[in-house]
Amino acid sequence: MQDERQARETVVELSKVCTRFGNHVVHSNIDLQVRRSEIFALIGGSGSGKSTLLREMILLQRPDSGAIRVLGVDLADLGDADALGLRLRWGVMFQHGGLFGSLTVAENVGLPLREHTALPDPLIDEIAAWKLAMTGLKPEVGAQYPSELSGGMMKRASLARALALDPELLFLDEPTAGLDPESAGEVDQLVRRLRDLFGLTIVMITHDLDLLWQLADRVAVLADGKVQGIGSMAELSRTENPAIRVFFEGPRGRAAQQQAEDLAETTTSRENGRPPSKPK
Amino acid sequence: MKALLVTPAALTQPKPEELTLSGAWTARGLGAIGTQLAALSISGRSTSMVLDSARIEALDTAGAWVLQKLLRRLRGEGGCVQVRDLRPEFARLLELVGHEVSNQAASPSPMVPSSSSRLDQLGHKAAAAVSQALALLGFIGEVAAAFAGCLRHPTRFRWLPILYNLRRAGLDALPIVGLLSFLLGVVIAYQGAGQLRQYGANIFVVDLVGLSVLREFAPLITAIIIAGRSGSAYAAQIGTMSVTEEIEALRTLGIGPLDLLVLPKILALCVALPLLTVFADVSGVFGGMIMARAQLGVGFGEFLDRFVKAVSLADYLVGIGKTPVFAIIIVVVGCFQGFRTHGGADGVGRQTTRSVVQSTFLVIVADALFSVAFSALDL
Repeated sequence: MQDERQARETVVELSKVCTRFGNHVVHSNIDLQVRRSEIFALIGGSGSGKSTLLREMILLQRPDSGAIRVLGVDLADLGDADALGLRLRWGVMFQHGGLFGSLTVAENVGLPLREHTALPDPLIDEIAAWKLAMTGLKPEVGAQYPSELSGGMMKRASLARALALDPELLFLDEPTAGLDPESAGEVDQLVRRLRDLFGLTIVMITHDLDLLWQLADRVAVLADGKVQGIGSMAELSRTENPAIRVFFEGPRGRAAQQQAEDLAETTTSRENGRPPSKPK
Repeated sequence: MKALLVTPAALTQPKPEELTLSGAWTARGLGAIGTQLAALSISGRSTSMVLDSARIEALDTAGAWVLQKLLRRLRGEGGCVQVRDLRPEFARLLELVGHEVSNQAASPSPMVPSSSSRLDQLGHKAAAAVSQALALLGFIGEVAAAFAGCLRHPTRFRWLPILYNLRRAGLDALPIVGLLSFLLGVVIAYQGAGQLRQYGANIFVVDLVGLSVLREFAPLITAIIIAGRSGSAYAAQIGTMSVTEEIEALRTLGIGPLDLLVLPKILALCVALPLLTVFADVSGVFGGMIMARAQLGVGFGEFLDRFVKAVSLADYLVGIGKTPVFAIIIVVVGCFQGFRTHGGADGVGRQTTRSVVQSTFLVIVADALFSVAFSALDL
């Protein structure tokens, strides 16, 4: 009973959010809900305002009008202490990592623990090493500086830092952009594992069609300042809205869809213990 | 503050074979648990131990980590430990962390090289200084080669960047150079006034101001201002370009970074710095003139009459002649430190500071060498 109620609980709620830059309207009346323990993706073309929307959810920017509630807290007129309390409950992974160049990777990961808890240093180091291992980085990476890392390692380290305080909510900005297919696949696995293990709610911006098909529970398509559609990729693929169709047309869209369907078919047939039936 | 309040994690031992855990075993609640754990007395012979965890309110990975380490420690003593009444979702997390703790214990983190001795550090610093000096020499050579190449093919000179740098480093610096050298002239005349008045040698303030400003102070103060103002800008600009791979991009596009970034700056500053020094000469002497009239009663006409006799053309040229050398030092050091930048924003800041310190230092050293050389030549 409680699990069911939790499953429906809304973690991020946007209502009638409007944003303008001068005369340019970025968002007009955006309504969105992200439920607990779901992987929610925001997609849209360049300049469709998805990054701005993410920045508004994580208190880096304010909408011109409308309300945003995250983890049950209204972001408008939030006191400093409440804002800090809220910030400790979410983790953010930035597109380019946002790692501090003057600290080693392990220090970067340990920084939130050092700042906001009274844990002894050796314990923080152990936890940081574990979080790094959790994101698939080797122990010796901890002693390196961010400038010595490759793009994929940087993203992992950034994710490890976002996870340092065991957030309930994780924001990922382009988690797989600029990664080779193998690393991108590993990030997929990692995000899925985090959700399954800790019941994390994940909100991400991505263009990665494979990631969308295989990972996202629900996807919101942003275009012309409005949400054009929300649903699973399979649901969205059946709509006629041209602003949504662009993500499914073209060889890349079709290939990702095909692959996802094949994968889904083999898993269900394995689970049901019967040979795959050809869809009519 | 509601969100920040947590019940701290606690550990009590009602019976020798029982531990009671309570509170929030989370990163924020664990603060004081370390001392409680250390104070824990465990009898080595107890064969079974019970951890009553019914009152654990919250558990996160940090808490699970600490708990799992406690379990390992208890089990390490040879006892068998039973965890009682742990909530199922916490038990799952604890189990997960268990694998990780044993993994990390099995493969201890690589040893960090221990901090080396004083002598060792001194050696490293000396080696770094030598390699930097050699790199600077190499850079000077590269710049000279690029300059020779441009002389052979004068079309390789880039006039637009030269003019741009002339404006940024020269014209835009006029107000600050004028003001500071004016004040310097005022200070010299004022300090000299007291001494000269005692001997009734008021008119010699002209010699004092004229010679010291024209020969030494105007070139030096101008070079130091420009090292701080433009040298740092060169290092920061080129440093940022190295960090963002723009330098590599220039190379791959077949554009010599030295041709584009360094030579125009050298040529521009070799013109701008002597001109700025002339301006500093004028405003410095003007400052001295005003002070001479106010403090010593030497009028402008009198001052200028004496000035022509006191100061020779050689004094003026000695001052101006040094400045192209200063200009080259400022640009070469600034650009050299810029090209050596690696890492991120941090590296840019470090190299910029270094460029200002080194170019100021080298300008003063060069000035001292000039003084020695000129006195040997009786100039």
